[in-house]
Amino acid sequence: MKILVPLKRTADPDNANKIKIAAGGAKIVTDGLEPKINPFDEYAVEAALRLTENAKTRVAGDKVTIVSFGPKEAATNIRTALAMGADDGLLFHADDEALDGDLVARALAKVVETQKPDLVILGKQAVDGDSNQVGQILAELLQWPSATFAMSIELAKDKKSVIVGREVDGGVVKLKLELPAVITVDLRIVAPKSVVNNVTPATHVYSDGARYAPLPMIIKAKTKPIAEAPIASLGLDATLKSKYHTFELPPARKAGKKVKDVAELVGLLKSEAKVL
Amino acid sequence: MSKTLVIAEISGGKLKKTTHSAIGFARQAGAPFDILALGQGIGAAVEELRGFGAGAVLAADDALFANYVGEAFTPTVAEVAKAGGYDLVTVTASSFGKDLAPRVAVRIGAGLASDIARVESAGGKLLFKRPMYAGNALGTLELTSALKVVSVRQSEFEAAAPSGGASAVQAVKAAAAPLAAKVQFLSFDEVKSERPELTEAKTIVAGGRSLKSAEGFKTVLEPLVDALGAGMGASRAAVDAGYVPNDLQIGQTGKVVAPRLYFAVGISGAIQHLAGMKNSKVIVAINKDPEAPIFQVADYGLVADLFKVVPELTAAVKAARADG
Ligand SMILES: Cc1cc2nc3c(=O)[nH]c(=O)nc-3n(C[C@H](O)[C@H](O)[C@H](O)COP(=O)(O)OP(=O)(O)OC[C@H]3O[C@@H](n4cnc5c(N)ncnc54)[C@H](O)[C@@H]3O)c2cc1C
Ligand SMILES: Nc1ncnc2c1ncn2[C@@H]1O[C@H](COP(=O)(O)O)[C@@H](O)[C@H]1O
Repeated sequence: MKILVPLKRTADPDNANKIKIAAGGAKIVTDGLEPKINPFDEYAVEAALRLTENAKTRVAGDKVTIVSFGPKEAATNIRTALAMGADDGLLFHADDEALDGDLVARALAKVVETQKPDLVILGKQAVDGDSNQVGQILAELLQWPSATFAMSIELAKDKKSVIVGREVDGGVVKLKLELPAVITVDLRIVAPKSVVNNVTPATHVYSDGARYAPLPMIIKAKTKPIAEAPIASLGLDATLKSKYHTFELPPARKAGKKVKDVAELVGLLKSEAKVL
Repeated sequence: MSKTLVIAEISGGKLKKTTHSAIGFARQAGAPFDILALGQGIGAAVEELRGFGAGAVLAADDALFANYVGEAFTPTVAEVAKAGGYDLVTVTASSFGKDLAPRVAVRIGAGLASDIARVESAGGKLLFKRPMYAGNALGTLELTSALKVVSVRQSEFEAAAPSGGASAVQAVKAAAAPLAAKVQFLSFDEVKSERPELTEAKTIVAGGRSLKSAEGFKTVLEPLVDALGAGMGASRAAVDAGYVPNDLQIGQTGKVVAPRLYFAVGISGAIQHLAGMKNSKVIVAINKDPEAPIFQVADYGLVADLFKVVPELTAAVKAARADG
């Protein structure tokens, strides 16, 4: 079983309200925000690890490969995923401005050709662009079955299919996909019992969330391979189908007033805001 | 000659309100539009769609479309889009639209603008404004491809009202969907609720981790929700803890809402939560921590223990409503 996890380096999402806009709206400036793994991609790494291990040990012959398109510095973020337990990494150097979801997906399709994974597990969205598109585009390009917004994954014993629970409006849809397949993951994929591979004993309980890398793993990750190459080496047409002209900050919302009690609140909602 | 194709969202034979926002967008974009409806047993939905001023309502009524599966729907949407000469395809960015739009874009070689908040036209070009970074920036995007696919944020495009008239109905054949054979639809575990859907509710009461349990939601928050006839929402922390179903999460990665009145009860106001509700018209925050970030966006803030004041508020709302 081989799993490919695409990972994007994003500016610290918990502080996205500190971004600035360059003069004239030319670009979004994230100076001072720590670059982190897109949280959904961290969850994708966690899901891939849970699918390929017997509780704590990697199943022989299984492998998790990380791939990223971005600046050279993204190697640090790949290294973090390797310290979580992934086996190796691929980094294709590219300026973020020279990428759109369509090009990233086309590049991923090329990587899939050479890596031949059984599963590609992506985040459902990169929380900088909030586009929510790469996984769907990749599935179409590969003509592989897919499931977006996964909150649960169960790998069949014969490893030929997966049952995926999808978080959709109004509830949860379950789909069974033949492998190879594409899955994009949602927040709840890292709940303790969300991923079942029929190897890890059912009694094993994962902790909630993505795992932290323990020190020995961090050290070990330093020797794991990351292959780097320019994105041009994939031989793709680099024309983008979309282009940002300008960026702006949304109109700010002002803090209102503090009320002293329920009576004052209800009074204002009635007489001032006129919403009751 | 420009022409837009609107994809309707139908679930269990019923037309979903999400569709009205995509129609609203199509009207703003300005070109004549048709509506494509896919499903099984969709007669009533198609009838309803005839009243929105579309050139035609294209109806693909087939067992293949009984439940939404991207692999089943995409070929037909793409074929209709190409055969009909549409240069713009649009759908609302619900979980349905978010899944479908990128797939269709690939099939017709179009660029995609996802989850847009506004459309403008400049020098004959359409420009799309879309929220990024959890709503902390707006980017103006141009699609440079000849064909364009756009998914629209429901809370930012007013639901189109019927405009009268009766569009012609054309039956559409389901296109072959070989990939669908590798995907088996097993079940839809639907969360049924008598309350208004979050994306349609005029008032929303949302609760956070601080409610401490499913019981807390039931006994403390729900009476207020029902006294207001509101929809009920939640923070991610409350959903993750299993207090309420996933479907109630509001935020960057949950539902984006903009009701007339929003109550954030025991919610800290993390940026991912704000991304889903800060365009509400009036925001009320109840939190025992005066420094909670939610107060920075609230019109009315009450620093108090929710377990004490929410029951009081429920009683006061009932009284206020009783005397009109
Ligand atoms: C990738 C990603 C995506 C995310 N997407 C979302 C999203 O879509 N939506 C979302 O909501 N979150 C999202 N989050 C999570 C978000 O960052 C916060 O963790 C979450 O919103 C916190 O929920 P909360 O406010 O209920 O809990 P907390 O942050 O724990 O806040 C609880 C609040 O309740 C108050 N409180 C406690 N007891 C009482 C009491 N008795 N009376 C009154 N007040 C009280 C406290 O003062 C505190 O402010 C996301 C996070 C990540 C990483
Ligand atoms: N530059 C990138 N490098 C690697 N993976 C990416 C990149 N951009 C997007 N992805 C993957 O695609 C997913 C969806 O991203 P998006 O469609 O941009 O919201 C992310 O969660 C990543 O898994």
